[in-house]
Parts: sequence; structure tokens; C-alpha cells
Amino acid sequence: MSENFRSLETKFLDKTNRISFKYNGKKYYGYKGDTLASALLSNGVHLIGRSFKYHRPRGIMTCGSEEPNAIVQIGGSGSFTEPNVRATEQEIYEGLEASSQNCWPSVEFDVGGINNFISPVIPAGFYYKTFMWPKKLWYSLYEPAIRLSAGLGKSPTQPDPELYDHNHLHCDVLVVGGGISGIIAASISSDNGNNTVLIEDKNSLGGSTIFQDDENFKINDEKSSVWLNNQIKKIKNKKNLTIKYRTSLAAYHSYNYLLARENLTDHKSLNERSNKLRQRLWKIRAKKVILATGAIERPLIFNNNDRPGVMLASSVKKYIDYFGVRCGNKNIIFTNNDSAYETAISLNKKGINVSIVDIRNNSSSMLVKNAKDAGIKIYWNHTVVNTKGYRRIKSIEIMKMSEDGTNVIGSKLNLVCDNLSISGGWTPMVHLFTQSGGKLKFRDSDQVFIPNTATSDQISIGSCNGDFELDDIIKNTISDCKNFLSLSSTDFDLLKVNCSKQKESKNIWLLPNDKPLGKTKPFLDFQNDSTAKDIKLAMREGFRSIEHVKRYTTTGMGTDQGKLANMHALGIISETAGVKMGSLGTTTFRPPYTPLTFGTIVGRNVGTFFDITRKTPMHDWHESHKAKFENVGQWKRAWYYPKENESMYQAVQRESKAARESAGILDASTLGKIDIKGTDASEFLNRVYTNAWSKLGIGKCRYGLMLNEDGMVYDDGVTTRLSENNYLMTTTTGGAANVLSKLEDYLQTEWPELDVWLTSVTDHYATASVCGPNSKNILKKLFPSIEFNDVNFPHMSFKNAELDGINCRIMRISFTGEHSYEINIESKYGKSLWEKCMDAGKEFNITPYGTETMHLLRAEKGFIIVGQDTDGTMTPIDLQMDWIVSKKKYDFIGKRSLYRSDTMREDRKQLVGLLTDNPNEILEEGAQIVLDEKKQPIEMLGHVTSSYFSPNLNKSIALAVVKNGKKLKGQKLLVPMKDKTINVTVSDFIFFDSKNERLNA
Amino acid sequence: MFIITCPFCGERDQSEFSAGGEAHIVRPKQPTELSDDEWADFLFMRKNIKGVQFERWNHAHGCRKWFNVIRDTSNDKIHAVYKMGEKPPVK
Repeated sequence: MSENFRSLETKFLDKTNRISFKYNGKKYYGYKGDTLASALLSNGVHLIGRSFKYHRPRGIMTCGSEEPNAIVQIGGSGSFTEPNVRATEQEIYEGLEASSQNCWPSVEFDVGGINNFISPVIPAGFYYKTFMWPKKLWYSLYEPAIRLSAGLGKSPTQPDPELYDHNHLHCDVLVVGGGISGIIAASISSDNGNNTVLIEDKNSLGGSTIFQDDENFKINDEKSSVWLNNQIKKIKNKKNLTIKYRTSLAAYHSYNYLLARENLTDHKSLNERSNKLRQRLWKIRAKKVILATGAIERPLIFNNNDRPGVMLASSVKKYIDYFGVRCGNKNIIFTNNDSAYETAISLNKKGINVSIVDIRNNSSSMLVKNAKDAGIKIYWNHTVVNTKGYRRIKSIEIMKMSEDGTNVIGSKLNLVCDNLSISGGWTPMVHLFTQSGGKLKFRDSDQVFIPNTATSDQISIGSCNGDFELDDIIKNTISDCKNFLSLSSTDFDLLKVNCSKQKESKNIWLLPNDKPLGKTKPFLDFQNDSTAKDIKLAMREGFRSIEHVKRYTTTGMGTDQGKLANMHALGIISETAGVKMGSLGTTTFRPPYTPLTFGTIVGRNVGTFFDITRKTPMHDWHESHKAKFENVGQWKRAWYYPKENESMYQAVQRESKAARESAGILDASTLGKIDIKGTDASEFLNRVYTNAWSKLGIGKCRYGLMLNEDGMVYDDGVTTRLSENNYLMTTTTGGAANVLSKLEDYLQTEWPELDVWLTSVTDHYATASVCGPNSKNILKKLFPSIEFNDVNFPHMSFKNAELDGINCRIMRISFTGEHSYEINIESKYGKSLWEKCMDAGKEFNITPYGTETMHLLRAEKGFIIVGQDTDGTMTPIDLQMDWIVSKKKYDFIGKRSLYRSDTMREDRKQLVGLLTDNPNEILEEGAQIVLDEKKQPIEMLGHVTSSYFSPNLNKSIALAVVKNGKKLKGQKLLVPMKDKTINVTVSDFIFFDSKNERLNA
Repeated sequence: MFIITCPFCGERDQSEFSAGGEAHIVRPKQPTELSDDEWADFLFMRKNIKGVQFERWNHAHGCRKWFNVIRDTSNDKIHAVYKMGEKPPVK
């Protein structure tokens, strides 16, 4: 049962370090350096998962990031579990737990396997076509049912406990890929004084040449692997060269900006990783980039080509020559080119039974001669028409091909095997090249897309540039690097390379079969279960564009992004439609090249680092007095201060009454503050606000309304003239940064002639706003030298003052309608100012109130809040604020737009007050307002923008925007809610103290 | 992500800048004398070219200065950078 498939002749594993791991609950052993895939294969485990749609058994197919089938769940349950990990990339560590995905109850027996037998009735587009009607069943039946059966792995249910990081890297030359061409390039680059970085996604360098142990491939009379190994030893000591292992390039953007993910602990046991960084995202800016990303082998497309035991020939070679693992005892190689013969010879040398099925008529290379001489049986001009074996391949059926390759002839031959290695030629990995904006060209001779024109300073070398043979790779890598780095000679110029392969292959995208296509299953995309049949169906249904066929059949849309499937899909489309591959183009290669974890993407920006939190200088006081906080932009503002078991409603009612009856205090530090200086400051304010500013006296304050150029209200606030040429503007809390940017924009681009300088001083000052009938008495105690009367210190004026020797600015302005003062002081004294106000106000029962009470008090007065009662479609006229729009001023931002036909319409939505017929009923903010509920469709007249129960009026009040509202005063309207309809009456929007008598009380 | 050469600070990463739309649209000196159509043209109509475009950029996380950029929107190649008020380098 537990046959050992490992021969320990390999020098690439640490044979002294035996590691145990669990797969589907069973314990296995492997060695340090094994991937999960190689370790499982050494234990004879081929069946890894079930396919996505038909639940067919699937095994390991490749040895790298292109793996479509062997994707597993890593880690047990809880926070460390990770779905959709490629077994071919995951290195094993002591205690690793992995399990199969997409199967129930087990990978051996999977109930979903029924889908395979009903597959004729679930072709491409099945879901689109079937679940269209009746429409109402979608939410109740179809979607829940499909969701239950869909999906691959399970996502973790707890927060990720691991650490991730981001880091920037700058270099002269970045080399991507540590195969033979990447090593030569990195060596040349660093030898010539370039600060060079070489990144490699595996744990060691050398690519596939490092285990090429064959007399036919020699460099300077050494075996290619021996020569390369010496080069690797040399480059490790180079001063200018940094090598990053387990680092895979995710994205290649314009201007040579690249993202790479470095894996730091994924290959380590849980004990070894505690409190260490798991993955790091490198943000790389390189002056020059050399892509040496290699090529991946193509599968061949024939009936039932997806069984466990069907693998890529180059991967089988890596498993035997690198990991020392044989993938079967009786191997058949099925190929259309010479490279698979290397696999055959390797297996044969190790005494493993192998034979070859080749769709070509012959090949005259030394490599093929060696295979023949070794006595390997070759079936020339044959193709595989079927495979058998459910959980592992058991045998294949082959037939002779007709002269033109479109049909099969003669009788079937049955060959017994437990592994089928397939090779359909090579596909250059041009993903990164195209991500950077490069354009591809199609090479007809071997049917490959290769890099053509690049948009940034870069080259592609080696097999990703379409050079697949050792002699071409070395020759072209050296000459291309010399050109790219402007060198006249390199240490590699005199290399002598021997390589014996025939470079021609015979390409057939979909191999012929004795059965009609409808009766076969030739898989293209193994992960998404799309077959050649599905592609042809899509074409019959009228899809022509490769992008449409891709989405309809889901070919290439799995986690492997169709690294194996896409070329064959293109080939079949081009054949069926009679269009040349070159003109058909490819689907778009999008980043990331391989999936990234969310952790890597967000790095350190989690939890409290997710966004900046701005706190006022009084924040600690609010916190110690049990304030609840509200987020306003990045600010934390005190929302309300509940006492004992008060609800929010109760606290706000209490605070609102106290502020009007005696005294209240608000932390207004978050309001935006812009210091405006310059000889043209008054003129500047004239241009940015709707009202006039020239005549504002020194020491006076004025409310201003700012529009956008389209005439809509943008921001508001009080501006104070501190001296002849110095103003202090306040803005809304959320609008501060945008207002400053907008003003800077106008100053720099439209009015550069104005002598005006803007400085953001929001964080420089803390502001306490004291309001209520007793505010004057409190201020008198704090500032005994100032005369607080309406003559010396009237409403809308300002005074410099001192509090214990610290300079303050006091503005007598009001957002509550009460007699009130705003005291500004340098931020560091903010908390002390607040405490002094509280002390002085104690005898007047001064009550701290939060933003909710502030909103309620201003709503009683009908003061708008920009962004709550306005939404970017409200002009000052809509807000019934005609009084603030200067008719005399020649121009201001947005003025012309107030005279457009649309903004002059009389039936626009306008600000009104609403009173509920039942004074205890409080409207919901956002609720729609209608006149007639029975008219179909119901006409929406507007909506409620602010709504409160006013403790000072003892009734519910609301602000709303209503179509033609100015003319509707006294009109009865309806507010239909889910369970009832509320009757309301349009009223004036100033509910309280409409004569402003309290300001001077 | 491209690199912009701020005319005041030098080469910086794109993430330090914010884009400000089409360049060389001058705010009319006498808006009240424009027809609705002329004003709407100034206010709303902007080009969106695939190819070489004149744009405004702001070094928002740097010197906060506005300047002009000539950029090819199809490949992000920047042909020229020049200060506000300067004439575009003629191509």
C-alpha cells in the first residue's frame, strides 16, 4: 500500500531533515525542500481534489504557479487556515496540515461527482440560461442553492493574526527570474557597476537547467547543470547584487514600477513564525528591468486529458531529477516536440519503464536518437483518443493519425500506464511584459506570442522571449544584455554551447478523435472545467471576441488565470472562426500574476493604522466624562455625554434644555481654520463668498456662504477680520481640506495677481464655544478686564484677550441662536481652557454638549448644515438664503450659474420646515415626502434632511427639501413609512426665536 | 504609477500628486456677459482624449503648487511639464 516513490539520489533536498505533515488527516513524511506536491507524490498520493463544476477527480499536474488542479486548504480551522494554496508551491514544514477542497464527504468519494454524469445537460452558459425565470425564485431558491454548491476553499472565520509589511526598493536593474538567463543577466549587470536586484519565486536559483543532467547539453564542455551551479556560487558573492528568494512578481506597472511579494515564513512551522513578518510587499522602482520569467509547458487537448496521473512532461522531469520522486512506475509520454524526450531519457536512465507517443512522423535530433538507442518504444504519428481510470489513470487508447492530422485511422491500441506525461510545446510567460503596456507579436513557426514593443526601459530574455533551446537562450541573452546595458563585451562572450534538439514541433490545438466532439471531454481549463466543446458551443451561439468567449465559458477565469488554458482556447477559436491567431490577439493579462493575500495588500494598514484618527486637545476630558464619540471625517467629535443610564435621546434633550436655559459648552476645535493674509485679502473674500466683504470693520465677524462654480452651496462659516490685511476663515469640519485646496487653486491659477497667502491653522487652535443666557457671566469671570456689554463687545465681533497670561481670541458668534462666545487658544492650552470654563460655569450649571445637541439647537433656529441639508444640488436661493447673495458684486465664484435657466426655475427643491400633525411623532431623516399616495407612480416631492424632538418647543420639528416648497407653506403633505403614513404640514423653517432676541439676551 | 517632475520640487512619485483635469480653460473675466450656452461650455465641457492631453496637476502632498503637464493618456508618457501661466512648449 505505502510504496515509496522516492529515490534519494537527488542533491537538492536536505535528506537529514525528515518532516512529517498531515494531508486529509493522514500522516505522511517528506524532506526539507519538498513542496507539498512532491511530498505527496513520493507517498504515491495523486488524487488531490475535485474539479469545480463536474467534481471530477483531479491530481497534481505541474510543479509551479501554473497549477490548475492541486489547490488545497492549508492549516486546520481558525485564523491560520488559508484556501486555494497551490500544493506545487507550498513548501512543507513540520506539522503542516493540508486538506482537499470542493469535495464532500471526502475526496475519495464525493457526492458532487454526480455532476460529471449529468454534464451533457450542464454546458457552458447553463447557469445564465437556466436560472432566468421565474425571476422571483432567484433570491429565495436559485442563488442560495448555487452559493451552497459553489466555491473552492473555506476562508478563515477569525482575524488574521499574522504580520505583513510594505517596503520600497530602488535599483538600477531588476532581474525577474533566477533561471539560466536571469543568472547570466544579473551577473553581467552587477559586474558592470549596476546596483542589481534578482528576484526568484522559488527557494533556490537555477530554473530547469540546474537539474539538466544530460551529455547533449553542455556549456564550455561541462554539463549545463554543473556550469550553472558554478555561476550561482559566483553571483552569491557579488557586491552589487541582492538576491531575493521566495519572491514572486505580482504586477508590472508603467514607469518600471513593480510589486513583488516576498514570502518570509510560509515555509516555516507555526512555532518558528510567531511574531515574525509573514509576507512583505516590495514596491520596486527600477531604472531598467530584465524579464527572465521563463515559459510553461502546454498540455495537449484530447479526450479525458484530466485524470489524476496526467501531468506535464517537464514537471515529471523536475519531480524525478530535482525532488527524486517518480510519478509512476509505468510511464507514457505523449508529445508533439523534442523536449519531452529529455523526460523520457531521464526516466529510462533511472530504470523506470517509459514509452513515447508522438504525433509527429519522426525527428532527427541527437536527443531522439539517444531515446531510440536506449530502447524506448516510440509510437510515431499516433494520438491518444481516450484515457481510463477514475481516481488515477490506468490505461490509454491510442490511434494512428491521418496524413493531414485531422482524423484518426486504423484500430485502437490499448496501453497500460499509471502516468501520462504530456507536452504540447511551450508558452512564453509574457504576462508581466504585457502588464507594463508591451505589445506582443505572434510567431507562426511555433505558434507563440512573444514580446514585441515595450513602453518602458526593459527587455525580455530567455524562454519568456521565445528562445526555448539552450544555445539560443545563452547567445541571445548575452547579446541582448550587452545592447540593453550598453556594454562592448562581457565575461560570457566566448561561451561554447552544445545543444541537440530539433526545434520544430507539430502543433494541433485539438487532437482528432474517433468519436464526435460531443461525446468526448477534452479539457482546456482544468480548474474551471471548460472543454473544447464549450468553446465551440460559444462560437455557435455567436460569440466571436476572445474576451466574450472567455467570460461565457469561464475559460481562464480560475485562480490560475488560465496559464495553461488560454493558448488552446485561442487556437480553437482561430481554427473554428478561420481567423489568424496573430490578429485574434490575447485576453488581457491583469495583475496579480499569482494571487496575493489580503494581508500583503494592506500591510500595516489595519486596525488603528487603517486611517488617521484626529483628536482635539480636549479629547481626554471628553473621554473621562463618558462622552460618546462621532466620526466626522477623520475627527473624533464628542457626540453626547450620557449621565448614568441616560439614552442618547434623553442626554440630548437634557443638554439642549440646559444650553438654552443657563449655559452650555461645545468643543468646536475641529472646525476648519484658514489664516488669510495679504493686501488683497478683502478682494479675495469678495470673490469666493456670495456676500460683500469690503466694508467689514477690523474686529468684526461675518457669516459667509461659498458656492461652487456651478452655483451650488459648497461650504459656509464665519470669517473674522483680525487686522487690516489679516482674516481668520472658519470652514465646516469635513470641508476644511477641500476648501483650502479650492482656494489655493483659484489663487494660483485664476487670480495670480492677488497678493493673498493662505495657511491652514485648524490644528493650531483649540476652540471652546460657551453659549446660553449665562455665557456672559462665565466669560466675565474668566476675563475680568473685558467689558462684556453689547456696546463694547457686540454680537459678530472679536477681541484679543489673555487668560492667565496666554493669548486668546474671543469671537461673539452663535450657531445656537443663544448669546454665545467662541474662545480660541493655542492647542496645547485647549484642555486647560476647557477646564477653566467648566470651573467658572459651575455655579451656572454649565453643561457640556456634543454634536447631536448642536445639531438640534441649530435646527430649532433653521440654520443649515452643509452636507446634511444640502447635497450639491442646492443653490442659496433654494435654501431661501437670498439675503446673503450680493446683487451688487460684479462677480463671485458661482454667480453666473445662479442665472442659468435651470437654477432660476421656480419649482426646484427648496428648504422648508415640516411639522408633524402629531407633535410627538419624530420623522426619519431621509424619509420621502409625497402629496398623493394613491397616484401611480407616486410622485416624490422631496425628503426630510434634519429631524428632532425639540425640548424647548416641546414638539417635533424637521427640515426638508420639497419641490416648489417656497409656495407650499401651510400645505398638508404625507410621509409614507413602512408601517404607517405620517401627516405633516409645511411650515417656516425657523422654529425658535425668529426675531433673534436671545442673541443679545 | 508614473513619475512626475514637479517644476518646483523635481522627480516625485505620482502618489504625491492629484490630477486637476484639462488645462488652459480660462475662467471668463466677465461671466455675466456670456450666454447660457457659452457659460455651460466653460463650466461642463471637457476633453477626454486618448492620446496627448494638456492637464493640470497639483503637488498635493508636496509643495501644493499647481502646474501643467502634457501627457499621453494611452501610455502615460509625459512629454512636458511647465508652470502655470507659461505657454506650453510647442510641439
